[in-house]
Order: sequence, then structure tokens, then C-alpha cells
Amino acid sequence: MRRGGLLLAALALVTGACGGDDDPKTVTLVSYESFPTDPENPLLVALDEFTEETGIEVEILIAGDTGTMLSKAELTAGNPEGDVMWGVDNTFLSRALDAEVFVPYTADGVDALPSDLTALVPNGEATPVDFGDVCVNYDIAALAEAGVEPPSSLADLTDPAYAGMFVVEDPATSSPGLAFLLATVVEFGEDGWEQYWRDLRANDVLVVDGWSQAYYEEFTFAGGSRPIVVSYGSSPPFEVLFASEPLDEAPTAVVESTCFRQVEFAGILRGTDVEDEARQLVDFLISERFQREVAMNLFVFPANPDVELAPEFTAYAAIPDDPLTMDPATIEANRADWIDRWTTIVTG
Amino acid sequence: MTGSPLPTARRAPLRRDPNRLPRWFLAVLALPPAAFLAVLYIWPLATIATRGLSGGALADTLARPDTWRAAWFTTWQAFASTVLTVLVGLAPAWAVARFTFPGRRLLVSVLAAVFVLPTVVVGAAFVALLPDSLDRGIWAILGAHVVFNLAVVVRVVGAAWEQLPIGLERAAATLGASPWRTFLHVTCPLLRPAIVSASAIVFLFTFTSYGVIRVLGTAGTRTLEVEVWRRATQLGDTGGAAVLSILQLLALGALVAVSARIQRRGAHVLALDPHAGRPRPHARQRWLVVAAAGGAFVLVLVPLIALVERSLRVGDGYGLDAWRSLGDNEIRPGLRLGIDPLGALRNSAVTALWATLLALVIGGLAAVAITALRRSGRLLDAGLMLPLGTSAVTIGFGMLITFDTPPVDWRAGWWLVPLGQALVAVPFVVRTALAVLRSIDPDLRAAAATLGAPPLRAWTATTLPYLRRPIATAAGLAAAISLGEFGATSFLSRSGSETLPIAIERLLGRTGRLFQAQAFALSAILAAATIALVIVFDLAGNDRERS
Repeated sequence: MRRGGLLLAALALVTGACGGDDDPKTVTLVSYESFPTDPENPLLVALDEFTEETGIEVEILIAGDTGTMLSKAELTAGNPEGDVMWGVDNTFLSRALDAEVFVPYTADGVDALPSDLTALVPNGEATPVDFGDVCVNYDIAALAEAGVEPPSSLADLTDPAYAGMFVVEDPATSSPGLAFLLATVVEFGEDGWEQYWRDLRANDVLVVDGWSQAYYEEFTFAGGSRPIVVSYGSSPPFEVLFASEPLDEAPTAVVESTCFRQVEFAGILRGTDVEDEARQLVDFLISERFQREVAMNLFVFPANPDVELAPEFTAYAAIPDDPLTMDPATIEANRADWIDRWTTIVTG
Repeated sequence: MTGSPLPTARRAPLRRDPNRLPRWFLAVLALPPAAFLAVLYIWPLATIATRGLSGGALADTLARPDTWRAAWFTTWQAFASTVLTVLVGLAPAWAVARFTFPGRRLLVSVLAAVFVLPTVVVGAAFVALLPDSLDRGIWAILGAHVVFNLAVVVRVVGAAWEQLPIGLERAAATLGASPWRTFLHVTCPLLRPAIVSASAIVFLFTFTSYGVIRVLGTAGTRTLEVEVWRRATQLGDTGGAAVLSILQLLALGALVAVSARIQRRGAHVLALDPHAGRPRPHARQRWLVVAAAGGAFVLVLVPLIALVERSLRVGDGYGLDAWRSLGDNEIRPGLRLGIDPLGALRNSAVTALWATLLALVIGGLAAVAITALRRSGRLLDAGLMLPLGTSAVTIGFGMLITFDTPPVDWRAGWWLVPLGQALVAVPFVVRTALAVLRSIDPDLRAAAATLGAPPLRAWTATTLPYLRRPIATAAGLAAAISLGEFGATSFLSRSGSETLPIAIERLLGRTGRLFQAQAFALSAILAAATIALVIVFDLAGNDRERS
């Protein structure tokens, strides 16, 4: 009997120690895994200032890549893992809205955002926070070493010269992966994109689940074996700014004709018990204070046009004049079907 | 509820048991397990059925080529795994059944230990063992399935082989048959029922393989289970996942029925000779035995050794980097994976404690109720065995889509994972406890009653003392199951509260060397914990097994 009592006491201790944080003043920000977690990072320093001003603590919960994060949010809609979710983009947004993941909220300061961004969410379904382009990137030195010219278009990538060099993300689980699939649909049309992917497959394209795996693990520049990767238009400045030795020129480059425009949103997760605090956090995310850190730390363009971009960012980032786009209704109508067909072609 | 006195009186049997336990007491015993089953199993299954059969999900999913591709892959890989396991397992079964040799007991124990290892750990061991070019795909899957299920073949076929009348083989040899001919025409036909029976079990296990495939599979090698997970949690298509679950459930039901029939038939065919001796091998046999037993040892131990070796590898040398860095998961300075290996360790321990406690209470009550009740006891017994015939994936998925609407929105509750794991473990607890309870001599209770004890007291005095041992055994089993549980947990766990198997699978999905090494280190910890639990369980249950 006494031993049983001890066991119970031990149980109570252990579970008590890891029970949830009930402090109503904590807002959990759910984000994708490329969101920085280092407390020294200026984005987190900005969030600290938010805490000082409002008394609201911000906790960051990394929930995998965008697609995985969104699937979890769908399955937990109404009883979410956090309070605010950042990182759903225009290619996935309709899925989030269908699943009623967010409570609508028109953030303070939304009026200052460009209308082409806010037009995507006319009723405050979510709040646009940043945008960027998903582009084919390549490792300049690795291609030179292999003795091949950099690709200049999507079509080039099916050339046997690039066999075994290209790594992409699965569009079912990754937002850049989906953006890239959409780019191929725009480029080759409803009749041509499937053949394009068959050709890519014949050319030994590698598919991984998410961006950070593709970029940080498979890409040659990070020590992998694939010199061409689907990443962001802002990846080259990242490599310059975070180089271990100072660089004059970016070691990686972007194939501009492959770029697809992506807008990322933040939203208040339905079922949060700190809705008021969550609103304040969303307001803060599009405030000038926070937005000015976005470019240099997430390597995307801030939604707020009043924020000045650092010269080293604009010098190396590819800003395509005419990125590929697709209207949300077309994406919504076809996404599931395209992903299924893609899966059959590429991984079947 | 009691009706009018008349029907009760009419129903009362003539030989009414004077020791019959009071009705209220039986109700108290039977209600919690019955409620547990109804809420956590039947309701979720009903939700899956309605979700899958309503709307366009059924037609859509059945029209999709990847549904049939997954069904086909599930079937043929199970078939191939079964054939391979039987082929590989016959030699060690022969050695273990026929001979006494040093290391024989150890071989049997090692095989049993591997059989209870978490699926994710065996998958991780194959990732560690095989070169990068081979570590994902069908060969790795088949290899893991063989290693996993070797114990089944060695146990089942070995047990039959041990009891084959050796005189028959000697007679054949005297008549001039070569050893090979003797095996083919005498031994093999006699062993056939056992081989078929072992095959049925292995087929069942590999048909429902999930953890191994999640770790070792590629996009082209998805079983129905993995497809359920992918549709539900990656694509957000719960309707499609429900259809696949139903498909899987139907296939599984058919398989269980067929294998039960096969096993029943198998049990009657053999006229066994339980006293066949086990000599030491001599001369040429010795080499064959060494090859058979040694081969089996190598096959199951090398992947596990590779696991530990790879957890210690740093670049070209060795070190404790992966073990030391278990508290961290940085991809690059400031960027994290969102998996906390140490946290997973803690979560697993707490989850296993609660799951074990729950499974023991529910399973223990159920076992007692089943023995005390008659007809309704059989019903409860059959009901509680159902989760055993359902894949853990279906259980987890069903719970996920059932407990998501207020007032039963339990998705954020920390107890959902232990509840799911307890459901998976309860059938084992019930089996273990029932085996002991049923062997209690009813005369004991009669004697207690004769000595003047009222029914309840007679029952308490004669039953409870016998429960301690099966409860200890069942606790070890339930804890081992909970620690390694991946199927249900992969649906129910939430970001930031991953258990060990979930963390291992996610880390293995990354190509970074350190992540892989961390996954191997966690797998080694999990393997050690499971084996330790099984040893304790084996010791506790030992005198029951001796005959």
C-alpha cells in the first residue's frame, strides 16, 4: 500500500512538473521551422520589446514545415496548439480558411498595407505580414566545378546536363514546394506541366518534405550533394550576410524567370483563450517596429511599405519585375487535384 | 435494473450458485471497462465509418490510383516478408528445437527481445546498418520485417519441430533417404501446419506494418496505414483517410478470421511426441547448428550494434557529440527543428506511467469481471480483444476525429495519448490476467464459503492474492507497449509534446548527420528501456511459463 502511495505521489510530481502554462498573459506563436528561435535574433528582441510594453509573453512553437503546420492546425481547429499562427501563404490560405482555422480580425495598421496584399483577405480572414518569391537557386561554384552553365529557365532543368542536381520540396507538405509546382503549371499550362515533371523525374529530381531539409541538408552550399534547389529569391543575400568569411558577391544565384510570388499571413487561431492578447500580437507583427526586422531575419519582404530595406538586402536579393502568379480561386479549385497528379507522376 | 419479480423467478436456474457475487458488485467491476471500450473504441470507429461512407469520400478514394497502389504494395510486401522470414527462420528453428548447445537459451531470449522492440527502433537500426543508397526502400523494409518476426517462426515452428517424433526421421534414414530427402518428405509435411500458422501471424504483422515503413519507406512504398496517416495529417483529407481505414479494417478482419481458422486446423493435425529429447549436436551437425544459430544471432544483433555504433560516430572518428547534444536541435545558429530529444524522453516516461496505470486498472477490472460474469463476460472479453484486431493507426485516427467537437474536445488534453496507448495495451493486460484467474481452482471459493465467508469475502480471499503476479507481468508489458507505441501516438501527439518514437521518426527524416546520430542515440535508449522492461516481465512471469 505504501509503495502504491509513493508511486502516485511520484506520478503527481512528474506530471505536475510538465503541466501546461496557464498564465493568461502568454501568447503562443505557432510558426514554421525556419522561424528563428535564438533569443538574440532581432525578431525575438523585437518581440521582447512587445512583452515589455504590453506585459504579454510570447512563446514560439515550431510546428514543422508550412504544410505540416497547416495540417496540424486543420486537425486542431477550434482547439489549437497555440494562439497565433504565422506563415500560411496564399497558396495554402484557402485551405486554412475552409477548415476555419482562424478567427477573422482586421488588424490595426492593415490600412497602411498595399492593396494587392490586403485584397487577398478582404474581410480580415488573416493578416498579410510579408511576401517573397520562390525561385530556383543554384550554387555558383558547384556548377562551375561540374562544368555546366547555370540554368536560365524552368525548361533547362530537364536537360540531362543537370541530371541528379536538382532538389525540390513536396508540394503536399511544403509551401515553396507548392509554389514551385504552381510555377510549372503557369509556365507550361494545364496540358504541359505533367510532362515537364515526368521529364524532371527522368532527370533524377530529388523530393524532400520541406524547405529547410532541401536547403540546409541537400543543397551543396550547405554540404549536401545537389547544386540546384527550390528556395527563395532572397536566399542569395542571406548567404552573403551570414557568410563565415566576408564576401563581395553572392555565392548562390537565382534563376529569375522561375520566380513565383508568395504572400505570407498571420492569423488568430480559433479556440484561443487569449484572443485579446493574440490581437495585440497580430497588430505588432505588422507594426513598423517588427516589420523592419523581417527582411534581414526571415529574408522576405515586409508587407509594410513604409519600412526601409537595408541596402545589403536589396543589393543581393532578386526582385523579379514580373513574377509568376496565379489567382487564389484557380489555386483553390485545382490544388488538391494537382498535388494528387503530381504525387502520381513524381513519387508513384 | 430489475424487472417484475415473475420473469426473474422464472429465469432463475435451479442450480443457483450460492457463491454468486452480488449483482451490484459485478456491475461496478464491468462498467469502467465497458465504458472505456464504448467511448474510446466503438465511438471512434463509428465516426470513421460515417466519415468514410458519407459524401463523395468513398467514390473519390476508390477511384484514386494511389489507393490501389498502396493496397497492392501492402499485400505484396507482406507476402514477400512472410516468405523470407519463414525461409530465414527455419534453420534457427531447427537448431533450437533439436539440439542443446551453449547460447541456445540466449538466442531464444534475444529473438524474443527483438520481437518486442518498438517498430521505430528496428527501422532506425536498419537506417544505421545500411549504406545511404540502400537505407530507404523495399530491401530495408523486408530486412527489418525479417529481423522483427524471426522470433515468431523460431517459436512456433521450433515448438512443433521439438515435438516431432524423431523416430520417423530415423526410420527414413535407415531406409536410405538422404537428410535432404528426409527433410522434404518426412519433416516438412509434418511441420506444415506450424509453418502455415507462423506464416499467418507474420503476414498479419507485416500487413499492418506502420512504424517500420514510416522510417524506411519512400514515396513509392506506402502501406495502407501510412497512406491513412498521410491523407489525414499531411493532406488534411480525413474523408479519404477514413475510407482507407475502413478498407484496412475489412482486410484485417478477413485476415484474422482466416488465420484463426488456419491455426485451429493446425492444432489438430499433429500427433506430437512431447518427450523427444534434445541431444548435443555431433560431428557434421555441429557446423550446421553453429551456422544456423550464429546466422540468427548475427542477423538480429548486427542492426542493433550498428545503431549504437552510429550514435557514437562523429565524422570519421567516434565521440559522444550526439549524446551530449540531446538537449539541442539547431539546424543553424538560431534555427531549430522544433524537436526536443530530452523533452521527448521525459514525455515518454510520464506517458508510459499513465498509460500503464490506466491499462492495469481497466484491464484488471475487466479480467475479474469476465471471470465472474458468464454470458456478458464473454461479450466483454470479445469486445476488449477488438482493439487487438484493429491497427493502432485506426485507433489513433478515430480518436483524433472523434474527440474534436465540444463538449468532448480533448485534443489539447495531455491524457489523450496515454488513453490511446492504454487502449492498445488493455487486450494484453486482460489476456495475462485472465490466464491466471481462470486457473484458480473454483473449489477454493467453495471451501471459503463452506467456512462461512459470504460470497464477496470468499471471492476476495481466493482471487485477489493471485492477481499480484499477473498485474506485475501486465505492467511490464503495458509499459513496454506504451514506450514504443507509434501508430496511435503519431495521430494524437501535439507539437512540443512528442514521445520518443515520434521524435526518433522526425529526426530520422532529416539528413543532417547530427540529427541522425541523435535519433540513433534515442533509439538505443528506447531499446534498452524496452528490453529492461521485458526482462523484468520475463522474471515476474517465469514460474508460470515453466511446465
